[in-house]
Amino acid sequence: MTMSSTALKAAPTSSDCRPLRSSVSGWGRFPVGETDLYRPERARSLNAALGCADSVLARGLGRSYGDACYNTAGATVLMERLNRFLSFDEGTGTLECEAGVTFVELLDHFVPRGFFPPVTPGTKFVTVGGALACDVHGKNHHVDGSFSNHVLDFHLLTASGDVVRCSRSENPRLFWGTVGGLGLTGIVTRVRLRLRSIETSYISVDYERAANLDDALARMESRDDLYAYSVAWIDCLATGRSLGRSVLMRGNPAAADVLQQAGVGERLRGRRAQRLRVPLDAPGFLLNRYTVRTFNALYYRHHPVNGRDRIVHFEPFFYPLDGIRDWNRLYGRQGFVQYQFLLPPDDARAGLLQALELLSGSGAPSFLAVLKRFGAAEEESLLSFPRPGYTLALDLPWRAEATETLLRKLDEIVLARGGRVYLAKDARLGPEAVAAMYPELAVWQEIRAQIDPEHRFSSDLGRRVGLVR
Amino acid sequence: LKEASRANPDRVEHQPTGRQPVPARADWVLILGATSPLAHAAAGELAIRGYRLLLAGRDQEELWRCAADLRIRHGREVATVAFDALDLGAHASFVEEVEQTTAGQLGGVVSAVGTLGDQARAASDARYAAELFRVNFVGVASALTGLAPLLEKRGGGFIIGITSVAGDRGRQSNFVYGSAKGGLALWLQGLRNRLHSHGVRVITVKPGFVDTEMTFGLPGLFLVAGPGAAGKAIVRALDRRRDVVYVPAFWRYIMCIIRAVPEVIFKRMQL
Repeated sequence: MTMSSTALKAAPTSSDCRPLRSSVSGWGRFPVGETDLYRPERARSLNAALGCADSVLARGLGRSYGDACYNTAGATVLMERLNRFLSFDEGTGTLECEAGVTFVELLDHFVPRGFFPPVTPGTKFVTVGGALACDVHGKNHHVDGSFSNHVLDFHLLTASGDVVRCSRSENPRLFWGTVGGLGLTGIVTRVRLRLRSIETSYISVDYERAANLDDALARMESRDDLYAYSVAWIDCLATGRSLGRSVLMRGNPAAADVLQQAGVGERLRGRRAQRLRVPLDAPGFLLNRYTVRTFNALYYRHHPVNGRDRIVHFEPFFYPLDGIRDWNRLYGRQGFVQYQFLLPPDDARAGLLQALELLSGSGAPSFLAVLKRFGAAEEESLLSFPRPGYTLALDLPWRAEATETLLRKLDEIVLARGGRVYLAKDARLGPEAVAAMYPELAVWQEIRAQIDPEHRFSSDLGRRVGLVR
Repeated sequence: LKEASRANPDRVEHQPTGRQPVPARADWVLILGATSPLAHAAAGELAIRGYRLLLAGRDQEELWRCAADLRIRHGREVATVAFDALDLGAHASFVEEVEQTTAGQLGGVVSAVGTLGDQARAASDARYAAELFRVNFVGVASALTGLAPLLEKRGGGFIIGITSVAGDRGRQSNFVYGSAKGGLALWLQGLRNRLHSHGVRVITVKPGFVDTEMTFGLPGLFLVAGPGAAGKAIVRALDRRRDVVYVPAFWRYIMCIIRAVPEVIFKRMQL
């Protein structure tokens, strides 16, 4: 190496601190900010990017809804190019990969080999790093917990520039601070997780209509445990005796012989390419209470009263909206917010009734509302959203004051019943509410202060809700 | 290839394979500068076609990651070898190492070595400019000079040299990089002429703007191609008969126009 001169190596290459100034938002397209984007392609340039700004946040595919995924106070580092698979053990399903690997890649490469993500959110357009930072949950939370339950360990690039390995036994405080920690403890560079082995890429699904909320809750309480996957679509605009009418969709991985009987040829069929897309921003009035009420009524009736053992490919079952690219544009240029809250089991029914009455009364057009029963959470978890109880998620077009007023009332219901709002989807909560919803916040802040005393890692959400300065 | 696909039947089935001009055996392809996304995408495409891969580059950690990734994604044999285009003195031993690893089965070489560098600095810092020449032209030509006989001996295979549209005409904004790439293109043309009778194909690939770290945040980019598509297009050049390939293909016409502008006018333009 003696001949290799130093001029190129010593000086940072010109691309090291050459950000792309860009406007950014989360998937809800509200709020919107400006940030310096970096997009490293090598570990070395990730480290370099860390030195380019005082305030840094890693971003996956930006599918969190509000402002959790960007940092207008400095740099936002796109992790999508650090997406290499590092090791895979076919025997145990243990995969190690870089944080920028997407669930799309997991599905494309591992479904045909008989493996599936152990926990998946309702979109496959997320990265492994993002799934960890939000500690995402899926339809199997009542059985399998959240994403972090299946993470063995990860590497965290910290404010000091050191890379620290974190697991439940190695640096456990950092492990628990980072899962669900919204990227505010450092940058996760690689993750080791356990994939689930599958016989087929299909789910055997039972559909049931529930006439109202009590009916839905009763069915979930009594029979959820028979299913690996369980979720309900709920009509938030129905009123009176139909308040909270739902369609329960619950299923188990389809066995190979069942598939054969059903006449499905390809046992481990992979994903199909997306064909539909929303080509432009829809006009703001498209989603109003009348169109959504009609949609909801049709959707409810579209499902069988009692449909048993339907063989459904994983894609429509887990990712119904992924089939339409850029579906967030349906909400028009003003964007939308997703409000997902959780109520503890004992207060869930009363709180949900209150919330549904408020929603159906307000006429706020929510057409993709999802009700789900959560199971146990890991004791040590700090900012992870899931806790035992019921969670309801709703998408609402953002109409400034009108939406904010409605959501304030929902906040009150959630707070009064000891519930919480999912930060990865939040766009407007204040620090007091968040402190009340997340009692472990103080412990988390202690951990964070230790690992990042100078507040190098920050996000717009983090500052807004008082997680960081 | 037959051996390879029999060994991993389940791994290759689901890949979008397309046309498969399959090498007689599982030949190796050596990739110089294998850690760039463009090279990585090309490597993946070659793996899909059944080749074994030998990744060469400076950063051993990165090489290791790229190799692991290709192995897991495509189920092919992937090896790594240290290579520094600037370290001319080590090129002879590098070639030896390649010869040993591939054991007489080297089927092709792809060179993706290159650094855009900082033109403003290169315009005034002669030492820096010289180094850009060395990494983009001298280093690549030196390595390929040593590697060509391996293919020549077998009487077949290919060399894909990735240059740039920047090498088609000197412009004030990037002529140090551009002239190095242009020089390399001319050198590859000569090599093509020499190796043609030995059955070795030499393909010059000239990418336009590709969306990578090299160009990220640069002003004035247009018609930017993704590295995945560009990497595939580079490998698809093997299926065609063209000796000089633009990626994406429309750059052929753009550069045709740019080359046609008379120098009297061109020298006055702000490009």
